[in-house]
Amino acid sequence: MGLAIEILVTFLLVLGGGFAFVGSLGLARLPSLMTRLHGPTKATTLGVGSCLIASALYLSAAGAYTLHEFLITLFLFITAPVAANMIAKAHLHAQGWNLDPNPADNIPQGLPPTGGPTGWATFWDPPEAPAPASED
Amino acid sequence: MIDHALIFAFACVSVAIALNLYRLLAGPTRSDRILALDTMIINAIAIIILFGIWERTTLYFEAALMLAMVGFVGTVAYCKFILRGDIVE
Repeated sequence: MGLAIEILVTFLLVLGGGFAFVGSLGLARLPSLMTRLHGPTKATTLGVGSCLIASALYLSAAGAYTLHEFLITLFLFITAPVAANMIAKAHLHAQGWNLDPNPADNIPQGLPPTGGPTGWATFWDPPEAPAPASED
Repeated sequence: MIDHALIFAFACVSVAIALNLYRLLAGPTRSDRILALDTMIINAIAIIILFGIWERTTLYFEAALMLAMVGFVGTVAYCKFILRGDIVE
């Protein structure tokens, strides 16, 4: 195994471990859920992606040719924003119904009214708009 | 050199899982706990992959892939249950 591969794998491993730690530190220390979402969805995903690419490089250089790790990397990079969006929607829904109030967001009593005919999330149908001409 | 980096990465991810466990237990809201579980699964994938590098084998790749899929589906199912009170409508 060449020295260049070894240096690259070492760099990717240190980067991956550092970013995974920073993401979880953000999850543990930031004040409210909407800020806590940033750490795991960005930093931790990048850290795990670095570890996976390091694994693919190292095992390929050691003789066992493998590109499987890129599959997990792709899957994680696709699913992390979707999971974060679902968690944010669940949080917004709970706050709109005055469940789970979060004082760190300055929302001790749930979200204020939206001012429109519908509420904050998911239990209301979309507002009754006048039927457009294209809809039959 | 790679061994030292591996030990560093193991230590970082282990501390990260401990921090996730703190957030999972401390809450305060249900969405926080879901987020902590999701992050913990992603860190578990990292641990499995690092162990695969340590053992110089591709044997643990399938376990990591399965954990990624099941973790994502579990997170979406938890959120769906909070949003609608049901998972499959």
